Amino acid sequence: MAEEMKVIYERPTSWANKITHYCPGCTHGVAHRLIAELVDEMGLIDKTIGVWPVGCAVFGYNYFNFDSVEAAHGRAPAMATGIKVTNPDNFVFAYQGDGDLASIGMAEIVHAAARGWPITVIFINNGNFGMTGGQMAPTTLLGQKTTTSPLGRTPQVNGFPIRLSEMLATLDGPAYIARVSLDSPVNIRKAKSAFRKAFNAQVRGIGFSLVECLSTCPTNWKLTPVESMERIRKEVIPYFPLGEFKVVEGVL
Amino acid sequence: MEHNVVIAGFGGQGVMLIGELLAHAGMDEGKEVTWMPSYGPEQRGGTANCSVVIADEPIASPVLTNPQAAIIFNVQSFDKFEPVIEHEGLLILDSTLVEKKSARSDLDVVYIPATDIAQKLGSSKYTNMVLLGAYLGKVAPITMESVYGALPIFLTGKKTDLIEINKRALQAGVDFVSKK
Amino acid sequence: MSSKVLMKGAEALAEGAIQAGCRYYFGYPITPQNETPEYMSRRLPEVGGRFVQAESELAAINMLYGAACTGVRAMVSSSSPGISLMQEGISYISGSNVPCVVMNAMRGGPGLGNIAPAQGDYLQAVKGGGNGDYKRIVLAPSSIQEGVDLFVDAFELAEKYRMVVMVIVDGLIGQMMEPVEFKTQVDVSTRKPPEWAVSGRHGRDHANIITSLTLDAVELEKWNLAHQAVYAEVEKVESRIEEYQMEDADYAIIAYGTMARIAKTTVRLARAKGIKLGLLRPITVWPFPAKQMQAYVGKLKGALTVELAYRQLFEDVRLTLCDKMPLGWYGRGGGIVPGPQEVLTAFEEQFGKGR
Repeated sequence: MAEEMKVIYERPTSWANKITHYCPGCTHGVAHRLIAELVDEMGLIDKTIGVWPVGCAVFGYNYFNFDSVEAAHGRAPAMATGIKVTNPDNFVFAYQGDGDLASIGMAEIVHAAARGWPITVIFINNGNFGMTGGQMAPTTLLGQKTTTSPLGRTPQVNGFPIRLSEMLATLDGPAYIARVSLDSPVNIRKAKSAFRKAFNAQVRGIGFSLVECLSTCPTNWKLTPVESMERIRKEVIPYFPLGEFKVVEGVL
Repeated sequence: MEHNVVIAGFGGQGVMLIGELLAHAGMDEGKEVTWMPSYGPEQRGGTANCSVVIADEPIASPVLTNPQAAIIFNVQSFDKFEPVIEHEGLLILDSTLVEKKSARSDLDVVYIPATDIAQKLGSSKYTNMVLLGAYLGKVAPITMESVYGALPIFLTGKKTDLIEINKRALQAGVDFVSKK
Repeated sequence: MSSKVLMKGAEALAEGAIQAGCRYYFGYPITPQNETPEYMSRRLPEVGGRFVQAESELAAINMLYGAACTGVRAMVSSSSPGISLMQEGISYISGSNVPCVVMNAMRGGPGLGNIAPAQGDYLQAVKGGGNGDYKRIVLAPSSIQEGVDLFVDAFELAEKYRMVVMVIVDGLIGQMMEPVEFKTQVDVSTRKPPEWAVSGRHGRDHANIITSLTLDAVELEKWNLAHQAVYAEVEKVESRIEEYQMEDADYAIIAYGTMARIAKTTVRLARAKGIKLGLLRPITVWPFPAKQMQAYVGKLKGALTVELAYRQLFEDVRLTLCDKMPLGWYGRGGGIVPGPQEVLTAFEEQFGKGR
């Protein structure tokens, strides 16, 4: 009977056979896997160049079998732009966290989106600076306690969280902007669909694409993995609603 | 042999252009040349000047602390450069626009009503060429033919028609200094 | 008629870079070098290249980082404050062995300073700048023609050693015009990406990764030691100097770039007065031509360092010639450029009448 067994789950070819350094319950691994699955399914392994951030995903390049570069903090969209300019036929994506993208790299992401050149950004929003120990990020929710907002974020002291996807969707440059959540199987399936559209926006030469992924950080949130998933549903999604904020014609 | 000159006036008087013309003509003659502009906020509306060096040997400093000659288009430039011209150097100034006289007895000063001369030729726009002609008539670092030969670089398209009148303006400057 | 053309320095250097094979340029407006990006924006599309106006110098250097990772010839240019912003990127690029060229048209500082010619970024260029133990080769042309010629070397040295090569000029070289001849055209049309480049696997049996991150201390020390060896080799074989009127010289002026050019006239003025003065002009300021200078120990009665800065070049001169001969220094800052006579006066004040 063995020859009749159907493979329903396997390691994507583009995913390296390595143990990641991510904490239990962290959704970086989920986002990574979605990238690897789509690179395989879309036949992109020979054309892909990943641009990795400074933050928890700093070692992201170790986990894939395609070419990668490691950017300076916040500068991944600029580096991706430089790569895409020299090699327009390559598939170039940047992977960034919320400190990297929405804090120090705000200028780079806004201008990459405004240029609208076909590069893809996977944006991990877990509401804090994970790697450096859980400090406040531009995406930290009001009231949320972090190591640099120990009494909870207040608008008077810390200002307001930034909804990046909505903001970038006001620009004419992007072809596809969506926010997804990695908290549950159903949302992960939706996330994969959004990743596919974002990848397609580039492969089809339509324009800039970005998928913001609501992600967990159990270690710094001081919650169990399950509690972290619940927090996304109860607290994070109400402030950062899921959905597609920009879909230009031809993106599918 | 090295010749150097500072050309100074207001932006828009063609100060930079005759410097470039001189440099181009020098290069076409096979000489070493440098053209160095004043630059900075002052190039936007205020006074403008450039330094030109023409030499047989490779040029060391393009910076002129004490130029051999100065071609002066306005009072401000007269005040700035007249005192620093090299001992026994040459000062050419448009006496239509600059009413001052040099107090230096060592200088060879040419007071040329260049704007008046240009207007008689048809337009004050040719003043810069009249002044350059006066300089070339006095110093002759390069031949007039080279200068004429470089004019088409600057007068292209519709302005090609203006080559002849510019030559006449240059010649008027030469004539002014040679009849003295 | 020669094949010389009269060009503004900032444009001639841009064309020199293109003739040397540069096809990608990233920049952000800053005076006094705006003619360079403007020229690149017109010219690069004509040769199949691309110009990108970045949103900041930070973005520009990181776009360069990305482009250079794919193995193409690419560059940025800027002026002092913009180059300061680029130091982060220069350190990263150096830390990941990516060859590229950075040009700095130095202006008066510190801070916003002004837009006049200066050499106050010398120490930043040759010693400091970004974080960590890295070096970059620094070329200091003193004429437009030399700058154009050096661009060919700049890209070749960058690729040979997989280092950042910096070309330092100043506003004066950028703004002046001189006849220039483009002697070398490097054909990059058939270039293939080097084996280390990140350009998609395209059948390669492994993924290429370019990173400046090495978390393991033992590994990072190995990286550092390997690069110290490369830097030592560069110091041994790549330093260059111009020795002008040095055959019978009793004294030397030591200066580079625009200041050296002016000092050449000082040498002529001094010689006319019977002073046996010569000029030692570093063409590479890193590696510093120390050996070439030390060859004059015992022959010279003294050397005057002259710069458009305050004792920056002089630091390297002292490291090279300290205690070996009397050393003097003269400099102007803030964008003031001393003339040849002023330099001669400074020489005579410090070394007497040179006899």
